[in-house]
Amino acid sequence: MLSDSDRIFTNLYGFQDWGLKGAQARGDWDGTKALMERGQDEIVDEIKASGLRGRGGAGFPTGLKMSFMPKENDGRPSYLVVNADEGEPGTCKDRDIMRHDPHKLVEGCLLAGYAMRAVAAYIYIRGEFHTEANNLEAAIQQARDAGLLGRNACGSGYNFDVFVHRGAGAYICGEETALIESLEGKKGQPRLKPPFPAGVGVWGCPTTVNNVESIAVIPTILRRSAAWFAGIGRENNTGTKIFCISGHVERPCNVEEEMGIPMRELIEKHAGGVRGGWDNLQAVIPGGASVPILPKSICDNQLMDFDSLREVKSGLGTAAVIVMDKSTDVVRAIARLSQFYKHESCGQCTPCREGTGWMWRVMERLVRGEAEVAEIDLLLEVTYQVEGHTICALGDAAAWPIQGLIRHFRPEIEARILDARQPADAAD
Amino acid sequence: MPTLTIDGQEITVEPGSTILQACEAAGAEVPRFCYHDRLSIAGNCRMCLVEMERSPKPVASCAMPAGDNMVIKTNTPLVKKARQGVMEFLLINHPLDCPICDQGGECDLQDQAMAYGHDRSRYEENKRAVEDKYLGPLVKTIMTRCIHCTRCIRFITEIAGIEELGATGRGEDMEITTYVEAALSSELSGNIVDLCPVGALTSKPYAFAARPWELRKTESIDVHDAVGSNIRVDTRGREVMRVLPRLHEDVNEEWISDKTRHAVDGLGRQRIDRPYVRFGGRLKPATWGEAFRVATRRLGDCAGDKLAFIIGDMVDAETMTAVRDLADALGCPNVDCRQDGAKVGGGASAGWRFNTTIAGIEEADALLLVGTNPRWEASLVNARIRKRWLQGGFKVGLVGEAVDLTYDYEHVGASPDELKAIAEGSHPFAEVLRAAERPMVIVGSGALARPDGAAILDCARGLAEASGMVSDEWNGFNVLHTAASRVAGLELGLLPGEGGRDVEGILAGAEAGEIDVVWLIGADEIDTARLAKATVIYQGHHGDAGAHVADVVLPGAAYTEKDGTWVNTEGRVQHGRRAAFPPGEAREDWAILRALSAELGKPLPYDDLGALRAAMLERAPGLAEVDVARPGEWGAFGSAGEMGGQPFAGPVDDFYLTNAICRASTVMAECSRMFVAGEEATGTDG
Repeated sequence: MLSDSDRIFTNLYGFQDWGLKGAQARGDWDGTKALMERGQDEIVDEIKASGLRGRGGAGFPTGLKMSFMPKENDGRPSYLVVNADEGEPGTCKDRDIMRHDPHKLVEGCLLAGYAMRAVAAYIYIRGEFHTEANNLEAAIQQARDAGLLGRNACGSGYNFDVFVHRGAGAYICGEETALIESLEGKKGQPRLKPPFPAGVGVWGCPTTVNNVESIAVIPTILRRSAAWFAGIGRENNTGTKIFCISGHVERPCNVEEEMGIPMRELIEKHAGGVRGGWDNLQAVIPGGASVPILPKSICDNQLMDFDSLREVKSGLGTAAVIVMDKSTDVVRAIARLSQFYKHESCGQCTPCREGTGWMWRVMERLVRGEAEVAEIDLLLEVTYQVEGHTICALGDAAAWPIQGLIRHFRPEIEARILDARQPADAAD
Repeated sequence: MPTLTIDGQEITVEPGSTILQACEAAGAEVPRFCYHDRLSIAGNCRMCLVEMERSPKPVASCAMPAGDNMVIKTNTPLVKKARQGVMEFLLINHPLDCPICDQGGECDLQDQAMAYGHDRSRYEENKRAVEDKYLGPLVKTIMTRCIHCTRCIRFITEIAGIEELGATGRGEDMEITTYVEAALSSELSGNIVDLCPVGALTSKPYAFAARPWELRKTESIDVHDAVGSNIRVDTRGREVMRVLPRLHEDVNEEWISDKTRHAVDGLGRQRIDRPYVRFGGRLKPATWGEAFRVATRRLGDCAGDKLAFIIGDMVDAETMTAVRDLADALGCPNVDCRQDGAKVGGGASAGWRFNTTIAGIEEADALLLVGTNPRWEASLVNARIRKRWLQGGFKVGLVGEAVDLTYDYEHVGASPDELKAIAEGSHPFAEVLRAAERPMVIVGSGALARPDGAAILDCARGLAEASGMVSDEWNGFNVLHTAASRVAGLELGLLPGEGGRDVEGILAGAEAGEIDVVWLIGADEIDTARLAKATVIYQGHHGDAGAHVADVVLPGAAYTEKDGTWVNTEGRVQHGRRAAFPPGEAREDWAILRALSAELGKPLPYDDLGALRAAMLERAPGLAEVDVARPGEWGAFGSAGEMGGQPFAGPVDDFYLTNAICRASTVMAECSRMFVAGEEATGTDG
């Protein structure tokens, strides 16, 4: 369990002042100039050494991603784009960072932007985050007024500014290239890769898109050293992570914890345990809507990190732990997620556009048992037809929850189909 | 040059090629819907997925650049399954209405479903239905059939250059729409019907008219402007059902204008299908013998210098050869192929050709347009200019009417004064042209048809020379004609002979009683009221302005009804072929001239097309060089003089109604009403 002294987000619950004064009292903006003076390459090396993996879901090493940015300027400016379009169902970590500790993000933008030789950072924030955007904009203004941002930021001689751009409520705009399109004022649809954003990103310039949490932890890593960060968690899954625990627990909460904490410990220590006790647990979605669901049998001894969850064919995703007790209709729960993906598919490429609707409609019938048993296999096959054939990962995200459901709860679905076939009086 | 392996075969491709192009080069067929050579890459249909070694997922070959040492497989079970999957997804919401779909028989979806799809559907839910959109009088929509390949959006945005089509909505609710219900205001809009891989966008005038397998396809040449677009004429029986573009990289690429495509219904209306003779003030149907007798009597009484020939805009080179020979035989010097009065011809041939060539526009780096609206005068030249403009580093200036050309330009001025200023170097745009490596100027035929046209031509020549537009490797001087017959006419010498009159002279002479007989060869775009005192013989295919004032009407063949030679504005010689027979008693024009020459006792020395063509090549040996652009010889042309101050006006007042065929077309009439007169219809109209 993470000790209080190792916490990065010390104002996650907003008990203290979110403004510049409060942030400085918590250690933000302390010696930022000195951190910058360590040099751009050393900052990137430090992040690499810390083992930080992207906190937006995919878990790509952040330092490595930063190193893809061009070191020589070819006339085009470079940009840092921060993905604050937090729309993954069950996830609410970035919003608390921006609401209660925005200076961590703003300082992170400066340091990360400096390390990748960017001239500015654009924070693309989900349109529904009204207070969060206001606080963030206020924090940026405070930093500007204090000389921490803008021309000669922190007295380092480096010019850097941060801008907030509000989204309009499309889930797909959380996909990095769709976010770039949207930022440019176009319809939010993912771009083809290659070219990758580090080569051709926003307005055709080299761009790196990072999650809010990934950027917000950078200043602390630089202050407390990569070795400190790498010492938390397990190998290749290092550091602290904000978990968002929701669903059938006593006290749903956001909590910063060590990577690799056992799921049971996480839920029982911080969320007051599953409603009705651990034995009342039916299933957990461990990382936001798009990762496959896990039944209780796996949850009993499951560690919460990228690689452990991958081993059980699920994923850490955004670390949004959605807990379902035995009162839950899991089929219906997954059907609701299918509806979400059908609604949020951008419609650009065929498998996702047509497949998400098909999957949702079959799921809806499975909920009521109005289907043939053979249709379960058909549905599974359709998910594989979508997965891996689309431009972006939304197709995969729509397929995985259903695959997880069929993998672990097939008897439940079959029973429902057979039940629906019984004449009503015979069932009595 | 990357070398990669495709299905075990090693192949080297141009840098920047995609895997799909490499597969094609290697002979591996890759199905596709959204990909199109001339449009930006969308990569959204996912039909072109192939397997790439060391990639966990199949890759979209249309979007993936070919790299060194890639190993691509297009025939593995994984690829087959991926294609089958995509095909199934495309079909689940596609209606099975092929029997009533106009795309049937030439549908990419149909063909590829046969080749790559399942043999049955596993989809048991309801299919999606989408409301049809209104896109104007030319494009019919059945949006339920749409597979969202976005080819139409990309064409309209990138090539037609208007931002009027887009997608709204997300996921399966995504729809292709103009958003505000309005007709597509592009003269190239018909091309999206060809681009649509399914039956979502079909031709409105051609709706339910024919099936592709019923049609006889004839490769021919368009005559509605001087571009010489390559077309395919589809006929059923003797009726032309539709016109489609044919690929020609140097002329029209694979596009045609809406006029080329949709004016064909005019070929079946207002046709002169038998001879007529004016009797008692009214045109009465006659036999060929009666018409010839009347014509011979009038011509026999007429001295050579009291006779005149005016050639129309769509006449083929063979007919003009016969006219030239007949005029010579009759001792008539009053011949003119420039019915608009353009002051071209006579001087060096570079003075009346598009010397840069249409494809050459892509190499230019600065352009000055003089008194022209290429969008209306030659839509595909305009599309080529836009294509060059999109690549960047291309400054365009315009002296003339400020119109929307679909690209940005500097409006230098409206009158010859500004042209003069550039030629003299006192206008800043002169510096742009001088600094450019390959500058070009395009002089419109409207600028040359003015009374001061010769002076304007001279001034433009001076400008070209002063800006370094003419060298051994580059000729940046261009005249953009609007008449398909013009270059051939000038080359064959259909110009006033010694002491002869030009069009203006003929009309004035007819008014003054100095010209007795005027023979109009398909000439309708002149002030026919001025011919009232003369005897008029009209030879042509449509009952238009010329036939209305005629005393003898001789029925000729339209461009789809004869084998003919046309020379486009670049000097490119192209052969059109007969797709259908002329209606009724109408005959090919050269044959009419030949027959009448015998009646007059001065028979022309050819009895078949072959002999006529030999005579034609004797007059103009250049016409033997088929399908190459022939830039002219540089030399003196134009004549120095005072240029008037009145602003330039385009020769085309109404893009949709420029000749007798268009004016007979109801489709063109509707387009004109909507796009030129501006009577915008709404969806409830149709």
